[in-house]
Amino acid sequence: MRLQKNTSIALCSILEAASDPARQVVAADVAEKYGVSVHHLAKVLRQLGRVGLLESARGVGGGYRFVGNARRVTLLDVVELFEDVGARPAEGATREAATDEGRGIARVLAEIDETAKAVLGSITIATMLRIVARERASHAPPR
Amino acid sequence: MPAPTVRIRPADRADIGDIIDIDAEATGLRKVDYWHELFARYGSARGRQQRFFLVALRDERIVGFIVGETRDWEFGSPPCGWVFGISVRRTERESGVASQLLAAICEDFRRTGVTKVRTLLARDDHLVMAFFRSQDMMAAPFIALERDLTE
Repeated sequence: MRLQKNTSIALCSILEAASDPARQVVAADVAEKYGVSVHHLAKVLRQLGRVGLLESARGVGGGYRFVGNARRVTLLDVVELFEDVGARPAEGATREAATDEGRGIARVLAEIDETAKAVLGSITIATMLRIVARERASHAPPR
Repeated sequence: MPAPTVRIRPADRADIGDIIDIDAEATGLRKVDYWHELFARYGSARGRQQRFFLVALRDERIVGFIVGETRDWEFGSPPCGWVFGISVRRTERESGVASQLLAAICEDFRRTGVTKVRTLLARDDHLVMAFFRSQDMMAAPFIALERDLTE
């Protein structure tokens, strides 16, 4: 499964902010770290702000803070703001989809989508931060 | 803030009523016969070495339970611990009870010599799955399959 760019940036932005909710994260720093334009990032952040996950801070530098519940918000909650997980053409939308072969393939793909949804829906931001921390520890240079 | 501790001990026959209540609160079903039978298999002294049925108490009131066992070579897997039942009273959730129950049964599993713990969940049970995920559990290298026998 591949995430669209906006979705991926949204998840990274939330993880940056949720790792320390008291800290104000500077959008320009996040844009630089993940290789996106500030303009592109700003559009994603506005969307996250509209649903109450981030709160923007005015003033010099302009930043944002995570204001969601890290133990309840899941990756699926964030992903579905930007894309429809498992969206498939409706039966009959294409000639292929209307065939028995097309329907058979769609059934298998739906199984994959359901699993993807279950995984994304079961990982909270708090859990994801733990996974990130483990990655950080495993890639830390030996002292 | 550290989670308030609960006392955890093996389930007793007198606990079954509370266990049925806690399960019914979560599932909407009062499975009286099921829990009595499960206690006979997992809560009695017989076979205790690999089977664990624990309850959590706060102020001497049962607030949660966990059931599991160490299974040998199931699905070709080396022996490992399996958790197949866990629940906490609704009013006691988000206070670390389930985490402490899981930690306790994992300690029991370790004593049987295993190094892994597994569980199986409904794919749409996001709440319970999120709990196990929060305890550092990741997808196991297995896929659950089923077939409708009426087809």
